[in-house]
Amino acid sequence: MTDPSPPNESSPAAVRLRGAVALLGRFPALAGMDLEVARGEVVLLAGPNGAGKTTLLRVCAGLVPVVEGSAEVLGVDLRADPRSVRRRVGLLGHAPGLYADLTVSENLEFWCRSSGVAAADGAAALDRMAVAGRLRDLPVRALSAGQRRRVSFATVLARRPELWLLDEPHAGLDAAGRDLVDGLVGEAAAAGATVLFASHELDRAEGVAQRGVTVAGGVAT
Amino acid sequence: MSALAADRTAAPTSTGSTATRVLGAVALVGLAAVALFGLVISPPDAELGETIRILYMHVPTVSVAYLAFVITAVASVAYLWKRTEFWDLLAASSAEVGVVFFALTIFNGMMWGKVTWGVFWRWEPRLVTTTVLFLTYIGYLVVRSIPTEPRTRGTVSAVIGIMAVVNIPITHKAVDWWRGLHQSRTVLGTVDPEMQGSQLFTTYLSLTAFMVLFAWLLVHRFRLAWLGERAAEQGLEAALADRRAEGQTSGSAGPAGGGATA
Amino acid sequence: MGRTLRDAALLAAKDLRLERRAKVALGQMLPFALLVLLLFAFALDPDRGVLERATSGLFWVTVLFTAVLAVQRAFAVEVDDGVLDALRLSGIAPAAVFLGKVGALVVELVVLEVVLGLGVAVLYDARLEGWGLLAVVAAAATVGIAAAGASYGLLAARLRQGSSLLPLLLLPLLAPVLIAATRGSDVALGRETGSGWPWAALLGVFAVAYLVLGTVLFRPLLEET
Repeated sequence: MTDPSPPNESSPAAVRLRGAVALLGRFPALAGMDLEVARGEVVLLAGPNGAGKTTLLRVCAGLVPVVEGSAEVLGVDLRADPRSVRRRVGLLGHAPGLYADLTVSENLEFWCRSSGVAAADGAAALDRMAVAGRLRDLPVRALSAGQRRRVSFATVLARRPELWLLDEPHAGLDAAGRDLVDGLVGEAAAAGATVLFASHELDRAEGVAQRGVTVAGGVAT
Repeated sequence: MSALAADRTAAPTSTGSTATRVLGAVALVGLAAVALFGLVISPPDAELGETIRILYMHVPTVSVAYLAFVITAVASVAYLWKRTEFWDLLAASSAEVGVVFFALTIFNGMMWGKVTWGVFWRWEPRLVTTTVLFLTYIGYLVVRSIPTEPRTRGTVSAVIGIMAVVNIPITHKAVDWWRGLHQSRTVLGTVDPEMQGSQLFTTYLSLTAFMVLFAWLLVHRFRLAWLGERAAEQGLEAALADRRAEGQTSGSAGPAGGGATA
Repeated sequence: MGRTLRDAALLAAKDLRLERRAKVALGQMLPFALLVLLLFAFALDPDRGVLERATSGLFWVTVLFTAVLAVQRAFAVEVDDGVLDALRLSGIAPAAVFLGKVGALVVELVVLEVVLGLGVAVLYDARLEGWGLLAVVAAAATVGIAAAGASYGLLAARLRQGSSLLPLLLLPLLAPVLIAATRGSDVALGRETGSGWPWAALLGVFAVAYLVLGTVLFRPLLEET
């Protein structure tokens, strides 16, 4: 489930940002971010609200452009061609990324097919996230926040990304869910994927991460 | 993004320059000449009578407006391709000046109508087309006025600029076919090829004078927009410094500016 | 190219399935459209034959207003819940997203037009003839409306207060479509003499122009966060 496609770049770094500046409107969300993450590492991003953690994750996903400095993810220069990296990463953001009126199964099927992933992988991901069978034919709108989070996670899981970008993966999940996430992160890393996750739950996260980076004021401190 | 490399030393404080003064002077002289020829020297038309004098203004204003929108469209394409601020501001400035000229066109079309038909409005092709296109570009200006990230605003405006210009010939055709059948005498909008002597001269003189006027307005408007962008950007280095400083104070929530959440 | 069309079909199917679930088109837009037809009747006095003469115009005006609602709805669904980001991450070509939206809108508009056509036949006592021309005119107009609508829909969705701007942006652009569709329909219904095919051709030009423009311009629109 979690083995990614083999890295096709010789560069050992999964993420390499140097002096990266990213703007939200005119506001510098990232104000010169330096970050280096080797392949297969599990790194925790810690920091106060508004520090730029979410923007950092979105930059790595190729969703937010970098206007100054350099940014390379999985060997791809984000300033030149951010779109090509998207298929290789998996982003679990704050928003569910699901169509509220479609059922869980329909959502998985749609997101799998649009990402070029087999529908069976989607069903397997739901199994892995312990989403009960009876829930799968309910519209997403009818699920609790925690259940929705599991479904969102499943869409990331199904893609088998080389780089996992998780924005507060434990938030909204019950104890069993959090243990599950920790387990998945461990498996992903063991299989060679890189995991970058932002969390406020430092105690829990430190058990999973190999190292931590504190983000504040749009830079790494 | 040119902000960080912005040259602070040569900041202009007004939109005037030698070039604009020359343009302005020429435009002024030109328009005076047009007034002279148009109102006094050239004779009344055999068909249109004195009302041909309105044509001396009407033809140039509509031609200039179309030119302005073509410039907007070309600049929009260039912006989407090159993504430099110059093209975005050129597109926006040209559209704004174009809308002004469209308004003038509608106004003097209505004046001509009042004199010729006795009413301010008739559903004749030129007026209708101009009004529809006028509304289209008003939409463009409204979009520009919404506070948005500069890149989003530029992209959205550019798309509208391109889509709107493609609609010009289509709208023309549709309205001409629709209303053209019903009119015996359509309003100005074409230079009658049989026009001769001082009438023809006045028309071309007027066209030239209005083009110069357009250039003058465009340069000023563009510079105004450029200064506006510089002023808005002025804070970027300060913002960057503030942002980094945030990180020094322990654990407090960041400033509310820009509406960004981490 | 094939991949793009397949993705477009996937997206259109998703939109139509969403529509079947939420029933916004059925529950809100159709009643709105029929209501507009009724309101025109109230305003224009059915006894004086105005309604009969104005049938084509009223029909197409109603379609336009309802189309604006349909476009707003089509993009409201994508703006919520971080779905647009997920679409961008999926690697689907922006052109496919555009064509998918156009496809779904065309289907919805065709259903609307059929129902409205029946409504008009009943309420305004119109007789439908000239099927060939009518069908071509309606098809070309519908594709044009959907193409322009899909482009402007995304555009408006990207702006603050954008959805209230949508009518101001879209309707002037669709003015020639309204004119051509109305005149073409009038010829098809035998209310006007002359050939309706130039009108159909003009509608075709509009449709092609905005399909091409939308396909090309959707990418910069989608990528601007």
